[in-house]
Order: sequence, then C-alpha cells, then structure tokens
Amino acid sequence: MSTHSIIGKSIPLTDTPGKVTGLGIYANDIAVPGMLFGKILHSPHAHARIVRIDTSKAEAMPEVKAVATGRDTARPYGVLPIGHDENALAFDRARYIGDNIAAVAATSEEAAERAIELIEVEYEVLTAWTDPLVSMNAEKDWIHENRPHNIEKEYKHEFGNLEEGFAQAAFVREERYVAAEINHAAMEPHSTLAVWEPDGRITVHSSTQVPHYLHRTIADVLELPMSQVRVIKPMVGGGFGGKSEVIPLEVITPVLAKKARRPVKITYTREEVFYAHRGRPITIVDLKMGLTREGKISAVAARVIQDGGAFGGYGPVTVLYSGALLGALYDVRNLRFEGRRVLTNKPACGAMRGHGTVNVRFAFESLLDMLARDAQLDPAEVRRRNLLQAPCITVNGLRVTSYGLPECIEKAVERSGWREKNGKLPYGRGIGIACSHYVSGAANPIIRSNMPHTTVNMKIDRDAAVTVFTGASDIGQGSDTIQVQITAEVLGVRPERIKLVAADTELTPVDLGSYSSRVTFMAGNACLEAAKNMREQIFAAVAKKFGCAPEALEARHEEIFVKNDPAQRMPFDEAVVRAIDFHGTLVARGSYAPPEEARGGKFKGAGVGPSPSYSYGAQTAEVSVDPETGEVTIHRVVAAHDCGKALNPVSVDGQVIGSVYMGLGQAMQEQMEWNEGRLMNPSFLDYKIPTTLETPPIESIIVESEDPEGPFGAKEAGEGSLAAAIPAVANAIYDAVGVRITTLPLSREKILAAIREKRKREQAAGGSKKTGGAA
Amino acid sequence: MHRELIHLTVNGERYEVAVPPQKLLLDVLREDLGLTGAKRGCDDSSCGACTVLVDGLPVLACAAIASCHQEAQITTVEGLAAGGELTPVQVAYGEAGGSQCGFCTPGFMMTIHALLAQNPNPSDAEIREALSSNLCRCTGYMQIYEAIRLAMKRAQQPAEARS
Repeated sequence: MSTHSIIGKSIPLTDTPGKVTGLGIYANDIAVPGMLFGKILHSPHAHARIVRIDTSKAEAMPEVKAVATGRDTARPYGVLPIGHDENALAFDRARYIGDNIAAVAATSEEAAERAIELIEVEYEVLTAWTDPLVSMNAEKDWIHENRPHNIEKEYKHEFGNLEEGFAQAAFVREERYVAAEINHAAMEPHSTLAVWEPDGRITVHSSTQVPHYLHRTIADVLELPMSQVRVIKPMVGGGFGGKSEVIPLEVITPVLAKKARRPVKITYTREEVFYAHRGRPITIVDLKMGLTREGKISAVAARVIQDGGAFGGYGPVTVLYSGALLGALYDVRNLRFEGRRVLTNKPACGAMRGHGTVNVRFAFESLLDMLARDAQLDPAEVRRRNLLQAPCITVNGLRVTSYGLPECIEKAVERSGWREKNGKLPYGRGIGIACSHYVSGAANPIIRSNMPHTTVNMKIDRDAAVTVFTGASDIGQGSDTIQVQITAEVLGVRPERIKLVAADTELTPVDLGSYSSRVTFMAGNACLEAAKNMREQIFAAVAKKFGCAPEALEARHEEIFVKNDPAQRMPFDEAVVRAIDFHGTLVARGSYAPPEEARGGKFKGAGVGPSPSYSYGAQTAEVSVDPETGEVTIHRVVAAHDCGKALNPVSVDGQVIGSVYMGLGQAMQEQMEWNEGRLMNPSFLDYKIPTTLETPPIESIIVESEDPEGPFGAKEAGEGSLAAAIPAVANAIYDAVGVRITTLPLSREKILAAIREKRKREQAAGGSKKTGGAA
Repeated sequence: MHRELIHLTVNGERYEVAVPPQKLLLDVLREDLGLTGAKRGCDDSSCGACTVLVDGLPVLACAAIASCHQEAQITTVEGLAAGGELTPVQVAYGEAGGSQCGFCTPGFMMTIHALLAQNPNPSDAEIREALSSNLCRCTGYMQIYEAIRLAMKRAQQPAEARS
C-alpha cells in the first residue's frame, strides 16, 4: 500500500476547469485598453543585403503609431551566451525567407497589414545556401562573417578504443540515415502582448516556455534594467521546444510598445509560426556499429550533420545531444562521435521534444535491429544483452542513478505478445522493438553560474491557504499540478488548499524554464524542500503545545498529530495560526541545483548530456504493410516508460502517449518541404500532423525505478518515449515486408519502391519471400 | 471601415454589434463579444480549435461569416456549463487527461457535445471519425477517447448512483 495521500494519485490538472470552459486565458485572449496591433514585414529573399528601407509612407498613415526596423533592435541576442547572432529585426542582412525586416503597430490589425505593404525595401541579393552539404563548403557570402564556411560548430569525441572494439565484432554494419525537418506544430500560435506602463516599466505577456530568458533578453535589447521589465506567462497552448528560446515577436512587440508608449500585441499566423520554426533539423547520420557473436555492442561510430538554419540558437546543444545520448542507454564502451552544425539560409532550427537525440536514435535502433538479425538473435534479446549495470558512469561521463530499462523491455515484450509474434507473423505483418531515453533536465545551465536552477517560495497566512510562488512554466505538461501535489503531500492537506502563483518574474523566483524535461525533477525538488521547511516550522509550534519532539509529529488529512499517540491532534488551520503566533510569519523556500557529480566530464562539449537522472523507455509497434501500395497501418504501439515514480499516473500516461504520437507523426508523415529556402507547406492543410484517423491505439505502461534523487523518486516523462516510436515502426516494417527504410518519413512511396526493388533482386536470385533486402 | 449592425444569439443571450459585413464569426466572438474560448490555431480551417455549434451542429467559426448567422442559436464553449456546473464530458476530461495544453479543448468540447447529442452511444469508430475534424498535438487522442467513454458510462448510470 502506498504511504502517500496525494502523490501517485491521478488528480485532474489544476487548470482543467479553465481549459474545458474556455475561460482559461492564453496570450492572444488578453486585450487591454488602448491596445495596438503589430504586424511584421518578412524578407522575400533567402539571403540579401538590406540596402535601404523607407518606412515614410507607413509612418504617414494616421492609424500607425509606431514603426520599427533593425536600428531599433540593434543589440543582438541568442539563447546561448556563445551565440548572440540574431537581431529581432534584421540589422543589415536578411538571412532566410521570412526573416523579420520591419514592424508596425497600428490601431487595427487590418491597418497594420496595409502599413506593412507601404514599406519599401531595397535588397541586394546574395548567394543563398540552402543545402547543408553545399553550404559547409561555401567560399563566399557566408551567412555570418564570423562563421567561416557556414559551420556553426564542430565537435569530435572519442571514448574507449574504436579499433579494438570493431576488431571484437563478428558483425559490422555502416549505414546512412537521413531525417527530414519537422516543426513542433503546437496548437497555439505564438502571441505576445507588451504593455508600456506610464512609469517607464514594461510588462510582457507571452506564450513562452522560458520567461527568465525572455526577461533577460528584453532588458538587454531594450537597454532597460531587468527590474523595469516584467514577464508573465499566461496559459500556454503547447510548446514542445518551439517556445523555448526568445522568438522575434517577443522582442519586436515590446520595442513597438516602447516607441508607441501604448500596449501592442502581435500574434503569429500559422505560416509565421512555421517560419519562426526552431524545430528538428534535417539530420544526416552516418552510423557504424559492431556486434559480437554474443550480441554485445562492441563499438559505435557516428558522424552527424545537422542543417541548422540561419542562426545558432540552441544548435550547438542540439548537435552535442545527438552525440552525448549515444551513451547512457546501453553499455557502449567504445564510442566515437563527430558532430557538425551547418548554417543555411533557412529558418533557424532549435530544440524540439527529444532535443537532438531523436534522429540519431532512429539510426541506432534501426542499425542494431539489422545487426541482431545478422547474429540471428531476437532484437529484444540483443537489447537485454547490452544493459548498463546501474548505478554507473558511462564512458562519456554520464551518471546513471536509476535504470528501469530492463523492466521496460520486459513489460513491452509481455504486453505486446512479442514472443508469439516476433518473426512469426505472416508476410505483410510485422512487429518491431526499440528503446530510448532522455535527460531529466540538464545538469549544467545554459548560462554558466552557481545559482540554483530553480527556487520555490511558499507562504501561509492566517486563512491557512498555502501559496506557492514558483517560476516554473506550465505549458500543458502539468507542472503546476505536480507542485501542488508535492506541497499537499508534505503538508498533509487537500490540494484545494494550495494556490500556485507561477511564471511571473515580478512575483516568482527564477526558474530556467520548461525545456529538457527538467521541471518535475528540479522544480519538484525545490518545492519539496520548501514544503518540508514549512512543515518543520509548523511542527515546531505544534510540538511545543503537545510537549513532544517535532520529529514525533505527522501531517496528514488536514491534521497534525503525534505519530504514536494519535489522540493528540490539531486541525491544520489551528496549527497554522499557532505557528504564525510562534514564528511571527510563515514563509519558506526551497531551491535546486544538480549535484557536482552529475555535471559530467571536462572535455569540450562535455556540458551537454549530463543530467541528474535519465528516463528510459522500450516500445513495440505492430504494423501491416500493403505490398501493392506501400501503405502502412499501425495496429498498436505499446510503450513502457520508466519515469522513476509516477506522481500523477494519468498525467504520466498522457505525456508518454503524447510523445509516441509525436514520434509517429515524424515517422510516418511529417516533413517540411523546402525549395530554394522557401517552405512549400507552411500550413496544417499541407504539413499534416496526425488526426484521430492516422493515430493508432497507443498503450502506456508505467515503470517506476524510484530515482534516489528525484522528488519522491520521480524523473522525466514528457520526452523520452518519443525517440523509440520511430525505429519501432521502421523495424516493424522490416519484419513485415523485409525492406529497410533509412530516411524519414517512412512514406509509402519509399516503402513501395523498396518492395519492388527487393522483388526484382529476389527474382534475379530466385530468393525467398520474407528474408534479405537489408542492405 | 464600413460597419453594419447585426444581431447574434450566443449561449442564449442576444447581442447587437456593429461589424464589417464580412467579419468572421470567430473574430466577432473573440473581439466584439469577449468570448475568447474559441481559438484560432490555423488560418485555413484545418485545426478545429474554433469549433462552435450553430443550431446544434459543429461549425468552424473561422470559416463562417457572422452576419449570415443572425437567425441561428450559436453555442460556444462558454455556454456548455450552464449555471456554472460542468457537463459530464467536462468533468471526465479532467479525470481522464483529455486536456494537456488545452488550446484545442474548446473545439473538441463542441465536437464531442454535438456528437453525443446526436448519438448518445457512439462506437469507438464513430468517436474516432467524429473527432477527425479537430487536431490535438499533445494527447495523441487516447485520453480524449477515455474521457468520452467515462462520460458515456456515467450518463447511462441512474443519477442517484453517480454521486
């Protein structure tokens, strides 16, 4: 029986009433008196020098109250301190189709649109570098002068002994995998409202995952002290990484508001969302792997090229993740990684759910599947033979504290009927398995410092309502609810008693943001510490009354009582009043910074990948493939996920299923289609995310490895299961029809072509129906 | 800009507003009536976040001209919880995890309520088909189905057994 009252219970997300009644407020739902509407003029050229901008006709319109150009946003910024390479409005050069050239604020959206059309821009067109393999050999017109040959970053890491590793292998394979570019496609388009206050302060309401970074950037670009800038995150309609760095409208809007001395709102169109992008880059993975006769992975060598788009953004982190998380899933002792982030004249890529790890995992799990077949081993068994012995530190310096992967594999195998199905299904039907993992927050902050990654303040007044002040940003993943549950559990009160004030830089302490699956682990730990500190203060006062030691007390079901003399009890309300009388006031705080041991190695690039804890997942997919059309039907996906401890099981299930769903979208149908730097499908009609009709039954299985450092043992749940979904399907397709698709998406055209090619080869060789075709 | 006076009946209330004759129902609801529940998630009528009911049928408010619906009974998500009491679907949505970010939820609410009004006992396939007009990027739809099934189950139980 659980010893917890609220932890481990599936309570509804605390903001559900606002969501189901339509009364919840998202950024674009806010309107304030005197509000102006902003619009942005975008570049029609992928790469051009801006020779001249004439805004006089727009400025002459009576409805127009402010016009801004690159001169107003001259201070460059970027999410990484090493890469301040973008201006909210292009300073002298447009670097992608859609780059922001000028902006206006007018009394109506329609007037702002007309004004934009009156702005005259003279461009001098430069060579546009849109193919990463060409761009990285460019000799002129570099996208940023300080990035020769358009190479943003290059890394090379080697651990163990590759030569020895490959020498031990009985089977070695090498393959190139290519993944198309995809977009987060959060349902809410970005929206920012900036209110210029009469006293010279500015308040910004924005659809952001990172209020703290936005706070810093606005202050920096507008040259205001941070104390004069307030950032508020209202409800956010999904992020998935697309709102995890500062997006141009978030700077342009306050700039316009400052110029107009009035509130200004900008909401992106869906097309603008696609061009603002920051999604998962086109990734080319050259992967080589060796497997011993016993099925042990003896060496892994990966060369990764990412098409980063026009700015650095999170790029160096993205490419480092693709290398770092080759470790910490399986026991790989000999590992080489070469990563390259290339700039191109396209919208910047960035962080997207499973940041940096997803496309490499597709390659890894596909190649491992092929090697398992070479060794005539069950693909599930091969994964079992390569488990880590946790706790441990991997060759690339990642500290693994809890490791539910063996149980994930077991549960997925069991639930899916793997043993009865693997290799035994008729031609046209198949089952595949794959594993994945992810960080529970980055152990090293983006901006190196020793400050806590998150802090939670708490107060209780005489009304006995508990107020939690947290900087953590709920973007739909449920982090507000988790903090309410943790607080309620520790104080022994009903969740209804707790009021959470979140993500408002004027009221709440710094939290680094909702990205890298850090919030439950880090804000959860800070919240746990604050609540325990609060409980200690209450116990001190109650202990005095009962004449016992504070340690003899317990808080539960709205009461404080003596553990071995439960007749001695006091309602929570009374205990609070007593504690306030005793202490003068009831305030508490907690914070979290990852321990030194979790922060990784010392080599260049070692800062990315280390986490206080890793989640694990194993997945099976069962599919049918129509050999005449290449059409794939996914019948069922079973996803087992080790989240340490499910603080809220329904919510964990939702995160796991949602991750799988997004992975299946990337696997089967999503692709940003580019033509000379122009996006050919910037809408949901053309960039198709899965509807109910394309989404198969997805079953989540929760595995609880109880992490020693997570709050109540919890670790991440929202990203780690995405990556396995793609190779699970690719491996199932192979099992069904014996063809190996190495590029994403796994479209029917590619599958059909591969089936036909295989048939031709087999007819030539007189081969059998369901074998071969792997190379 | 030229404006015309139009009358709309939304959630049982009669409104009189002066709007450009071509103004979309979604924009009138959000900007003129302050009903911001219906959302704009796309610009090509592909996401369903703006779904409202026009005489009980789900309609994309981003593809409807407000002035064309002056005779109709329009219901938005704000009109579902009459008197502040949540509907069984709204309650079940929270319990089953139907909402994550919640941006698509108003649209789904309207599609689901229209479905259940028309067919109180839809099969899994019918639910899936009916919901195919609405996109959700968070949930993978499974917990939305779960919420609907939970609400259906409760609707079939006698009222006294429910409490």
